[in-house]
This record gives sequence, structure tokens and C-alpha cells, in this order.
Amino acid sequence: MTLFDLLQSIFTDYTIRTVALGTLTLGVVSGALGTFAVLRKQALMGDAMSHAALPGVVLAFMLTGQKSPAVLTLGAALAGLAGVLLIVVITRYTRVKQDSSLGIILSVFFGFGLMLLTFLQRNPDARQAGLNSFLFGQAATLLTRDVVVMALFGGAALLLMLLFWKEFKLLSFDRDYGASLGFPMQYLELLITSLLVVAIAIGLQAVGVVLMSAMVVAPAAAARQWTNRLGIMVVLAALFGAMAGVGGTLLSSMGAGLSTGPVIVLAVSVITTASLLFAPSRGLVWRWVQQQRNRRRLRTDQVLGNLYTLAGQHDDLDHPHTEEALRIMGEGARGVSASLAALAERGLVRRVDATRWALTPAGVTVAREKFDTGDAASTGDGAAGGNAGTHTEAVQP
Amino acid sequence: MNGIDTETCAVEVTDLTVAYANKPVLWDVDLALPGGTLMAIVGPNGAGKTTLIKAILGLLPIAAGQVLIYGKPYTDQRKLVAYVPQRGSVDWDFPTSVLDVVTMGRYGALGWFKRPGKDDQALAMDALAKVGMDHLADRQISQLSGGQQQRTFLARALVQDADVYFMDEPFQGVDATTERAIVALLQELRAAGKTVIVVHHDLQTVPEYFDWVMLLNVRRIAAGPVADVFTEANLRKTYGGRVAFMGKNGGAGPGAAGVQAVATPEAGRTGGG
Repeated sequence: MTLFDLLQSIFTDYTIRTVALGTLTLGVVSGALGTFAVLRKQALMGDAMSHAALPGVVLAFMLTGQKSPAVLTLGAALAGLAGVLLIVVITRYTRVKQDSSLGIILSVFFGFGLMLLTFLQRNPDARQAGLNSFLFGQAATLLTRDVVVMALFGGAALLLMLLFWKEFKLLSFDRDYGASLGFPMQYLELLITSLLVVAIAIGLQAVGVVLMSAMVVAPAAAARQWTNRLGIMVVLAALFGAMAGVGGTLLSSMGAGLSTGPVIVLAVSVITTASLLFAPSRGLVWRWVQQQRNRRRLRTDQVLGNLYTLAGQHDDLDHPHTEEALRIMGEGARGVSASLAALAERGLVRRVDATRWALTPAGVTVAREKFDTGDAASTGDGAAGGNAGTHTEAVQP
Repeated sequence: MNGIDTETCAVEVTDLTVAYANKPVLWDVDLALPGGTLMAIVGPNGAGKTTLIKAILGLLPIAAGQVLIYGKPYTDQRKLVAYVPQRGSVDWDFPTSVLDVVTMGRYGALGWFKRPGKDDQALAMDALAKVGMDHLADRQISQLSGGQQQRTFLARALVQDADVYFMDEPFQGVDATTERAIVALLQELRAAGKTVIVVHHDLQTVPEYFDWVMLLNVRRIAAGPVADVFTEANLRKTYGGRVAFMGKNGGAGPGAAGVQAVATPEAGRTGGG
């Protein structure tokens, strides 16, 4: 199957279209709302929420006896929210710190959910089939009615996010200041947490409780690399989430028995890794290139300074010196040849013969500007400035 | 303006007590600060200076006591009050610009849901100009120096156009330019009849910068005009360790002459005076 066929299948294949619409929705919603979770340093809360949602899904089924997506999503959201509130209560009223209470709630709720699942499986009842897909996610089971529910819940969450945009920004950046302005920060916190729970709950069927937190954290982390504006960050995170959702769906639809949830999570990880490496100004590769460029410039400056210092010990400033002498002055620093070549390209030095180099008049001017104004530290060689200084006096007519 | 009665104290604190896990961090603090005053709160680390400000602003639950701003509870007078938190209390890598942060000072006036518009941005630009930061309005906040961060926070409070300002360590780790800018700003605020309460660390500059001072170490040691209460005896009580609490009295005259004698890390900077 070619890439083109694959993309075409979104429009021609009904099942793939449904699934892709569903994963697109969950990617957009979790990416956008995940941004606030990441900025509020609550990323791990998403993990606790999604694990805590599992018993909610199973209980909702046991109580109502049906698997309607709205009921299951509601069950998931309520259990997720209960988990978060318990974490807050434990952290506030006991000596247990937040990370520990997070770990406790996550595993207790998840364990309880697993127990309920296995309990259901002992009673052979065809109706409960499919609940297992909430563990690791099974996007292929998404039906149109599921997608409609996802879009409704997700759309509502996004609308509320836009409505409370200013308040959420204040909450994320400076909670105390917002409180001093009179905004009820604890209620805003509850609201944004609830929205995040909704975002997670609608993604559980496709991605699963175990991996869902990746859809909350990874798109936001990737988006942060590309922008310094909150609005753009939210849009980018939504876009990355959507790309991962649709991309993962298509990849897993190629057959090979790949489960959609893990493939979506891998897709979002690829986007995040690429962003961490290649994003301009914040990306690791970009910073490394910048660092190398700075280092090279410093080294080139140092070679120029050293040549100037050496020349200063002679009557003629264009007195040639060997590369070896410069290497020794640079205390064995590497890259002397490269630095000389760079300087020659800028017309500051010229090659006299096979081994020797001299300053050009332009090079003398530049070196004087750089090294005669007191601060010799930039050459990395204290002697350079000093000697150069004595020289200037010598050449004054 | 705002129907302020000049007879009433700008800030009146009675019996304010704050406790963490039954341990009092502020004990029975009183204050009656007249309007148009610049007051420093000084005291050793852990004395409760930040806690006092936060408790007054209702950011912490108080165990007992009452706070009045111009004669009414703080919740009724919120629009009269602006808060400058410690610079280190936020993540400066947050994806936003200087202008955007300063515009947050308008959020209270805007109320729910309304987004800041051109007018609000213009007010924010004015405030930025007052602290000499207007040329950095579009800068990403992670690229600011400590002093610039501080001035951004000050501008955000100025946008609120309040009557009472609470500033938590605005001089902490700032450059000389910023320190001068803050001092000029404080004087400007006082000239406009505003009241400013500043958590301060540099004892040496207290008489120079402030009219009033509160010496605080869990309890209020003293509060009043600098000339009356900024005495060696009071400083000794504030910084001199537990023994001083028993009521040891240095009996020195007014002024900051005795500051050098107080050997605490925070007072270290006064060594030259």
C-alpha cells in the first residue's frame, strides 16, 4: 500500500475515516488542554487521571449494563476527577507529598479497575466484550456514535478553554497574583482539571488508560519548542496531537496487527523528539550548532590575537609566523589551521609561504580594535593583550 | 479619588495571627498605617514578612485577626490594592511577552471573560514606560534580566492604578539601574498620595527610602515612623535571637547607628555603613 493509497483511504474507507476522525478529535483536545497541564507543571496528573478512570469505565458498565460511549466516558471522567480530588485532599491534609499521593491513587484506582475487569471476564457475558480495549486502546472499535460523543465532549471542553482563556493564563503563570485580583483560583483550578479529565476520558477507548497521558504531555512539550506565545503553543499542540492521531491510525490500518493506541503514542513521540532536536533556538541541534559557532569565533579571535602579539615583537607588523608557533601560543588548541583559513577568507591574514602566515593591514586594524582596548580576556590569553599594548606604542610615529 | 477618607488608615491590621500546622508564623500582629506612606517590613529570614503580606491579601488562611483597607475589609476594597509578588515565585520560561504580563494588571478591572483590548495594551505600555521598559514590550520574558523581571512586575502593578501597593522584596537581586528606578517610582507613588508596603532586606537603606518601618519577627517588634522605631534596641530585639525576645533593651537612641552591631547574614550588607 503506497502512502497515497493510505491517505486516500481516509476519504474512501468508511471505517478508517471514522477512526481517523476520532483520533483527530482526541489529538486536538488532549493537545490543547495538555498545554495548560504542562505549563502548570501538572503533567503527571494526566497519568494519574487516565489510570484512575479505568474503574469508572467498568463501574459505569456494571451499573447501567450498557456500553454507550456517553455513559462510559462519563464514568471515566467521574472516576478520573475523583482520583485527582483525592490526590489534592491527601496532599493537603496529610504529610504525604504530592508525588507519593499521585503514585498511591494511580495504582490503587488502576488496580481496582483491573480487578473489576477480571471479575467481569469470569462471567461469560458477551456484552462486556470490548471493555478490555480501554487498557491499551483499540481505535478500530470506534464507531460513529463514539466519535460523535468524543466531538461533543471535546468541543465543549475546548469552548470552555477559550471562554476562560485569560483566567487560565493567569492561573498558569501567576496563581497568587490572580487571587489578589479577586479571581477564585481554586475554582478555576477545579475547572481546568475537569476539562483535562474530559480530554483524557474521550481518548481512553482509542489510546487506552496506560498510554493516554502521552497524548497530554508530548504534544505540549513539542509545541513549546517552536514558539514563545501561549496561543500559538496551544494551536501547535493541538496540531501535533491531531497529526499523531491521524498518522498513527493510518499506520496501524496498514495491517500487520499493530494496535492503534501504541502507534499513535509512538507517532507523537517522534514529533516530540524531532522538536526537541531541531526546533530553532530551543532545539538541541540548533543550540549545539550555535555553541560550535561561538567556540569557533572565539578560537579565530584568539589566533588573530596571538598573531598580533607575535607580530608585536617585531618592527614590522606583517612579520610572518609559522602555524606551529601559533599552535604553541594557543596552548595546543586545535583548529589553528581552520581559524587561519577563516581569517584569510575575511582578508585579515595572508599566507606568506607553506608554513608561515602574516597579518594584512586590515587584520592589524581589526586586531587593534579588538585587543588594544584593555580587555584581553576574550583572547583567552592574558599575554596577548599586554604585548599587543606595548606594541601599539612602539609603532606610533 | 475612589471616595477615600484621608482620616482613615490606609492599612489597618488587628491581632493578625497565621499558623502552619498549629505553629504560629505570625503572632498577634497590629498595624495602623496612614495613607501616603512608604513602609518597609524588615526582619530575619522566616520572620513572616511574606506571610504577613499574603495574609493581608487573603492569599493565606488566617487563624485570627482582621484586615481593613481604608476602613473596609479587603474583599470590598480589592480594586484599591495592587500586589507585586516575589520575582522568583513564577516560571519565567512561561510562553508570553513582557507586554502580555503587564496587561495582566488589567484583568481585575476587565472582570470575567472579557479579553484585554487596545486600551488595556496602551495602559500597559504607559506603565512599561514608567519603569523604563517600553522598548522591551515584545520581548519573551525568559530573556529578561532579574532587574527587568522585577520592573515588569512593578509595571503590572502600576497598571492596576491602585492606592495601596504591596511589594514582596522588589529590591532582591536587582541591578543598580533597577534599584534607582524602583526608588524613583516609590517616591512618585508617595507624591501621588499612594501607600506602599515593601518587604525589604537592606537595613542600611531603610532610613533613606522609607518613611515608616515595621520590625517583624513572628511578632511585631515595632512599627512606626523610621525616626521613632528604627533603633538599635528594636533591631536587636528583631534580629538578636531568642534571648532578645525576653525583653532585653539596648536603650540606644533613634536612627540606624546601631545597624552594624546586628550580626545576621541579612544585615551583612550594612557592614560598610
